[in-house]
Amino acid sequence: MVFIMIVLGMLSCKNTTTPDSTVGSSAEAPAAGQANVVDDESMKDVVKIAVGSPDHTTLVAALQQADLVNSLANAGPFTVFAPTNAAFDKLPAGTVDGLMKPDKKTDLQDILQYHVTTSALKTSFFKDGMTLGMVNGGNISFQVKDGKIMINNSATIVASVPASNGIVHVIDAVLLPPAK
Amino acid sequence: MTSNKFFTKSALLMLILITWSACKPRGIQQAISSDASGKVYVAPGTHDEFYNFVSGGFSGQMSVYGIPSGRLFRVIPVFSVDPEKGYGYSEESKPMLNTSHGMVPWDDLHHIALSVTDGIHDGRWVFGNANNTPRIARVDLTTFRTAEIIEIPNSAGNHSSPFITENSEYVVAGTRFSVPMDNGSTDVPISTYKDNFKGTVSFVKVDPSSGRMSIAFQILLPGVNFDLSRAGKGKSHGWFFFSCYNSEQANTLLEVNASQRDKDFILCVNWKKAEEYVNQGKGTKKKVRYAHNFYDEKKHMGTSTMETEVLVLDPKELADMVYMMPCPKSPHGCDTDPSGEFIVGSGKLAATMPVFSFTKIQQAIADKTYDGDYEGIPVLKYEAVLHGEVQKPGLGPLHTEFDANGNAYTSFFVSSEVVKWNVQSLQVLDRVPTYYSVGHLSVPGGPTKKPWGKYMIAYNKITKDRFLPTGPELSQSAQLYDISGDKMKLILDFPTIGEPHYAEAIPAELVAKNSVKFYKIEENENPWAAKGDDFARVERKGNEVHVYMTAIRSHFVPDNIEGVKLGDVVYFHVTNMEQDWDVPHGFAVKGANNAELLIMPGETQTLMWKPDRIGVFPMYCTDFCSALHQEMSGYIRISAPGSNVPIKFSTGDLGPEQ
Repeated sequence: MVFIMIVLGMLSCKNTTTPDSTVGSSAEAPAAGQANVVDDESMKDVVKIAVGSPDHTTLVAALQQADLVNSLANAGPFTVFAPTNAAFDKLPAGTVDGLMKPDKKTDLQDILQYHVTTSALKTSFFKDGMTLGMVNGGNISFQVKDGKIMINNSATIVASVPASNGIVHVIDAVLLPPAK
Repeated sequence: MTSNKFFTKSALLMLILITWSACKPRGIQQAISSDASGKVYVAPGTHDEFYNFVSGGFSGQMSVYGIPSGRLFRVIPVFSVDPEKGYGYSEESKPMLNTSHGMVPWDDLHHIALSVTDGIHDGRWVFGNANNTPRIARVDLTTFRTAEIIEIPNSAGNHSSPFITENSEYVVAGTRFSVPMDNGSTDVPISTYKDNFKGTVSFVKVDPSSGRMSIAFQILLPGVNFDLSRAGKGKSHGWFFFSCYNSEQANTLLEVNASQRDKDFILCVNWKKAEEYVNQGKGTKKKVRYAHNFYDEKKHMGTSTMETEVLVLDPKELADMVYMMPCPKSPHGCDTDPSGEFIVGSGKLAATMPVFSFTKIQQAIADKTYDGDYEGIPVLKYEAVLHGEVQKPGLGPLHTEFDANGNAYTSFFVSSEVVKWNVQSLQVLDRVPTYYSVGHLSVPGGPTKKPWGKYMIAYNKITKDRFLPTGPELSQSAQLYDISGDKMKLILDFPTIGEPHYAEAIPAELVAKNSVKFYKIEENENPWAAKGDDFARVERKGNEVHVYMTAIRSHFVPDNIEGVKLGDVVYFHVTNMEQDWDVPHGFAVKGANNAELLIMPGETQTLMWKPDRIGVFPMYCTDFCSALHQEMSGYIRISAPGSNVPIKFSTGDLGPEQ
């Protein structure tokens, strides 16, 4: 338990070093946000669940790069569709590295926000043919067949983890927002 | 625990603390400007620059802070009982909380509107809304007391309220929950929402000299959820803008079902046109019931009157009065800039923030550039009325305030930040984090034609670790930012009461100079007043015993009372004879199933008491008033029901002996 606290403390430390958001060019870096609140007793939020999963290190790094860690530690509630490391690996070579570059931050934010909606929705809510509005302004669609839930005909929900501020549905492919 | 184990744990704890302190303060130091303490320091004995009137949310009250110090000066009881002040407990104040549902002891005060003249704060009144049982209250800024409360019929959940027009002609009310209209077919299945539920927006006239409110008219509208609103000003004076969501007309699981459409609406109301229709005798008078409560500062007494009629205007019959303006994804804030040209819509779930142009709205109406209609109301074409969109400003835009330099400040709940942007160019200029999950903002004069600027206050919904912990329930945090430079700078955290929603701030000198210090005893018209010891007495009327009592440092007259019997109802009418600033007296009696009285100098207040047993009961002054405050007390004797103890009262040698 003590060990976990230290690790969390260090993680928090890491979060504060993420660069400031693109616009604004504030001379002062953002202070510790909601993700840095020290609390080992409450249920884990969607960010802590992702941080605690060895299969989501790419997603966590991307969330940090996109300055979305504090937002997802918010009251929400959120439904997060969380692609695994393997899901990111399925993207064409170099895609993730490219998105992690500072000048692609807006694109990265757009993709990650396409994986989040501001409502906590269990799998039982998703019906075949349903569409859902996501934080980036786009919509995703659901295909439900024989108990298997697919999104955009490409990603399958493989596990679901309830969080203090919503729910994480682990998916096996990255959702790509339709071109605007 | 052995000392050895303790040492090990302490060492680990220290390690953790070192790890923590090595990083956390760094962030904090970076976010706070180095001269913050100087900017918020108001030296002992000196005054703040601004009053900040802050809604109390679920406390039902309104609080008054000083800015920049963040010091709390007063909690004004408005919609909830306040035993500390006897509000809702004294016979005089009980009528203020009367409604068509009877006495309602609690409500949820969300928004503040300070009175304005020519679009500029005039420091006369501050209005607040009741979100649960729909009402609007007016607080008098000479006394900082609730002067009037009017209930809103044909409404449920008065949220988009009490926002105010440029010369305080009207404050408004809009239904958060559409419902079947009063006195219609009201016992209907909830699933018939689309057929039977309607929304209304109400325009409540404010008398320019007395401030007294009256419902001028209501506009009957489709069954949607009206959220927030702002009056036009300057060139858009005569118009009012109401955001609404749930254009899907869902009646269950709104968090999903009211978020289906890409756009909902901002309702544009030409209230000058509505006035014309009213003056022409148009509209229908509907039978309704709503309470109208008024507090008379001479009688020191509230009265509640039940009104029975309201004028309803139906846009289906009366054209050119209302238009729908599409706005992305469940708009919340709907704010007009100081010039009145721009209306900022904040879709809670939208990725962009539209800014609409009043000039373009007028042009679109003139050219009938419509995009169909919504239940018969013309829908203006989005592109035709748009000044532009702020692209990806943040996550979860809620509310916008303005400064005098053409800049807007918008709160973002999900990304916990305030973003400063230029209204004309739509360029984002700066962003600062809030701690955490900001709701409303207040810039002094921010909603008026003349923003006073200088500061911005963020009212946050989540506190977590900002203050010393106080168990599961924490006070909501407010944060003060210096906005005098190009960059917003966090300079202070302060706790608030209840849950602050909207707030306004006004230069102190506009209000302080009018503040009443005491009530003149010769002007006291309370029918139960004892304006001097010679009038102090005890009278029996059947099983009612009326004690006409005076209070002055440091005694009550009378302070010994006998002849009261079990089964009697005792009314203590206490008049504070002081004529000096800041010398209230309090009054309480043992075992009263009631509160205390807190009686201002020159005022009369009445406490009802039903004794529950035989005995002798002490009563005392509850507000430390003098060197011999502890001596300011007395006794009342309660005898058996059939007893022949006569009514008798005295105060040593001072009072009139019987």
